[in-house]
Amino acid sequence: MQGSLQSSSYKQLEQKSKYTNIFLRWFLYFVLILFASYFIFPLYVMIVTSLKTMEEIRQGTLLTWPSGLNFDSWAVAWGGRGYGAGDTYLKPYFWNSIKMVVPAVFFSTFIGAMAGYVLTKWRFKGDKWVFLFLLFGCFIPYQAILLPMARTLGVLGISNSVIGLVLVHTVYGIPFTTLFFRNFYVSIPSELVKAARIDGAGFFKIFFKILLPISKPIIVVTVIWQFTQIWNDFLFGSTFSFGEAAPIQVALNNMVLSSTSVKEYNVDMASAIIAGIPTLIVYVLAGKYFIRGLTSGAVKG
Amino acid sequence: MKTLKIEELSKNFGATEVLRKINLEIDEGNFLVLLGPSGCGKSTLLNIIAGLETINEGNVYIDDYNVSKVEPKDRNIAMVFQSYALYPSMNVRENMIFGLKQAKVSKEKIEEQLGKVSKFLQVDALLERKPSQLSGGQRQRVAIGRALVREPRIFLFDEPLSNLDAKLRVEMRREIKKLHQQLKTTVVYVTHDQTEAMSLGTNIAIMNHGVIQQNDTPENIYNKPSNTFVADFIGSPSMNLIKGNLKQSSDKISFVVNGSNLEIPINGYDFKEKSNLNNKEVFFGIRPEHIFFKKSNDTDFEITLRADLSEYIGHEQIMTFNYENQEVLAKFPSTIKIELSKDTKLYFDLTQLSLFDAKTEERI
Amino acid sequence: MLKWLEKNLPKIVMAPAVGLIGWFVYGFVLWTLYISFTNSKILPKYELWGVGQYIKLWGSRKWLIAVDNLLIFTALFLIFCVVIGIILAIFLDQKIRAEGVLRTIYLYPMALSFIVTGTAWKWILNPTLGIQKMFIDWGFENFTFDWLVNREMAIYTIVIAGVWQSAGFVMALFLAGLRSVEDEIVKAAKIDGANLFTVYWKILLPMMRPVFFTSFVILVHISIKSYDLIVALTQGGPGISTTMPALYMTQTAFHKSQVGLSAASAMMMFMAVAAVIIPYLYSELRRENAR
Repeated sequence: MQGSLQSSSYKQLEQKSKYTNIFLRWFLYFVLILFASYFIFPLYVMIVTSLKTMEEIRQGTLLTWPSGLNFDSWAVAWGGRGYGAGDTYLKPYFWNSIKMVVPAVFFSTFIGAMAGYVLTKWRFKGDKWVFLFLLFGCFIPYQAILLPMARTLGVLGISNSVIGLVLVHTVYGIPFTTLFFRNFYVSIPSELVKAARIDGAGFFKIFFKILLPISKPIIVVTVIWQFTQIWNDFLFGSTFSFGEAAPIQVALNNMVLSSTSVKEYNVDMASAIIAGIPTLIVYVLAGKYFIRGLTSGAVKG
Repeated sequence: MKTLKIEELSKNFGATEVLRKINLEIDEGNFLVLLGPSGCGKSTLLNIIAGLETINEGNVYIDDYNVSKVEPKDRNIAMVFQSYALYPSMNVRENMIFGLKQAKVSKEKIEEQLGKVSKFLQVDALLERKPSQLSGGQRQRVAIGRALVREPRIFLFDEPLSNLDAKLRVEMRREIKKLHQQLKTTVVYVTHDQTEAMSLGTNIAIMNHGVIQQNDTPENIYNKPSNTFVADFIGSPSMNLIKGNLKQSSDKISFVVNGSNLEIPINGYDFKEKSNLNNKEVFFGIRPEHIFFKKSNDTDFEITLRADLSEYIGHEQIMTFNYENQEVLAKFPSTIKIELSKDTKLYFDLTQLSLFDAKTEERI
Repeated sequence: MLKWLEKNLPKIVMAPAVGLIGWFVYGFVLWTLYISFTNSKILPKYELWGVGQYIKLWGSRKWLIAVDNLLIFTALFLIFCVVIGIILAIFLDQKIRAEGVLRTIYLYPMALSFIVTGTAWKWILNPTLGIQKMFIDWGFENFTFDWLVNREMAIYTIVIAGVWQSAGFVMALFLAGLRSVEDEIVKAAKIDGANLFTVYWKILLPMMRPVFFTSFVILVHISIKSYDLIVALTQGGPGISTTMPALYMTQTAFHKSQVGLSAASAMMMFMAVAAVIIPYLYSELRRENAR
């Protein structure tokens, strides 16, 4: 390898690397865009179908552009047709979901924040085991707790109600929220807490005045994570509440499965979009935090 | 034939100019140190030499061939990184021979090279270990070994010692120096540590804001800094830069600090340009180690200043004096006792003097 | 008293979390375990009945189909998610111009519920008006794509939708992993003459071992628990051809009122998850302690 190369061979090297690079770039973009279309395809089909009439659907294909912006099926999906029995629509269930999500997210986040605070800044003997004890809750298959949970809700008199679902989601959210806050507080120097203690601040004062104000990013991550998980939940919703109190995912599934009349795919798609829109909006607006939640606590199915 | 030549090289990242019209040349077997504060562009320049960064303007020549657009592997160079950059999933042997394998060197030749280099660097007992099982110094050796087995035309070092603790750093510095003396391969070495630069380099290029401030031998860099930046950057504590004016009469030229009548005669100073010196605003540059507490030469200039502060650092002490409200630092042996807040007689060694234009900050 | 309170305040604050999880997770799992050893039908009975439910479970054709489906689904789901995820991550790592947009597109399905995903794919895959019609209208007159209603193939439609939902997530994990590798390693490899393929194959991917492990655990976990997607896409059909353990469990419990049997199936799922998770938690904890 000693010695110098000839100038002509340098020229060749330049040329070669130039052509392989150009080829490689094209190939790269081709594959990336190919996959992008696979991922975007269902969303495109959903939107397009929801804007078509059934007549158009039968005549065109999945990809055909709708004849115009026709929001009729959206209106039907949201507010129904206006006749009595058998008319299912999403509006009341959408509000059920909101009523369920807000308190459940709040309580689970708050409890998780306190637990994370204690586990990192007020360590006690065996705190590692307590953390592991909580962490395992992230992973259990919920089928193993469905039966006793159904009975418990019955005993408490809150089965088939929004309150029951709030309780369920709060409890099973705690392992995740604790994990998030614990991992965040671990990275905050304990000197901060020590300094505050020397200044005479107590347990709660340190939490509310010092840690909470700097916890914004992790609060956002946790709230988004919990919101997405609870909004998208189907297992608990469908098991513990079926009638009036059902959350939106259950209602969507019932609507799509109801075989009372002719299948209306445009209404189905509009309903699916309505059920998916809140989480999609959160994802588009706060994708960064969403991904952080996914990669740090990505365990729930 | 120059081993490495850089010609009118400029580089920007978006709107920020990182390197501006760099010109550099290195002869065979020399050890060039690129020295400067962080963000001065020295690492970018090294990456450009390696072919890891593209060039906006200008050219890089290795052995008179323009390699500006040649891939790193075809430039006949090897590089040692700050983080060592050993491949974590490979053991020491695989790390060291990876480059040769990519170049499709024959098995026998690879084994021969590996044996030679690993013995030379005393890592032959570590060949089956993973990088995570090595100490900092051992990793450093392996990283150097990986560069050595390729027998490159030019070695590039990117702050190779800054991840080591102070003691090990001095040891490794000596080893790199020995290595260069034995192999006599051309080296380009980036660091922000002036001691490293001084002890290793046959040439030092001091950089700031993407421009080479001075490219010279360590002696000239130290004794004849070409501007106030270099004067300030080299030496610890750095050179005193006392602001004042020049006074020129028919046969005499002297320096007067603002607010004083005391004239310091500087007839012996080797001016670049002798004209237009009268009333010129200048910095009078003298290193703390060139101020003495007793007269040792006839040329020494006696001056009386008040001592304000003493910092004891073991074998020596750094004293701060007040010269018409400008701070002047001096380095004395710690055995000398000087009373604070009192006037003290000092002697400036005027043969070691540097003068800079206060406006352009260039040496005059 | 006040002193005691102050000293034990942290533990008192911890108590609700520990109490809730202790009761609702550990207590409930133990209850389910107990019930799985009884002959409970509609209502739980508390006399022990031995391992009868487990014998019944493993003798049930439906359960065996469910386990079979789970194995097929898990294998394909894992392979496709990891391969697609790695390809996308590596390609996106090449200073791609529209990286942000592409990343958003690859990952948005993760924000949707499985019910929404299932509904969308059900419509796309339906043989009368979906993809099949699209291709026929395009002139491929003999094109058939009836997997959704085909007993043999229906399970693969669940794989298609599942991969669509989760591959982007694996991409995000690997991209984060690749980005955390020091620049200098790649530079060193370039100087050593490695081409892009070698850099990834010989150096970077071997460094991603923890990411492989994490993805494996999470994906297996998702697939064992998968329930919503099947409900929305096939309801376990045609017939029972796409039944999976989670679906089997809820159907047995709430439609067939075989509480003991469903508890047994839940415990089988629990054990499967534990077999994957416990080594994972153990290694994670060891890594953290070593730090």
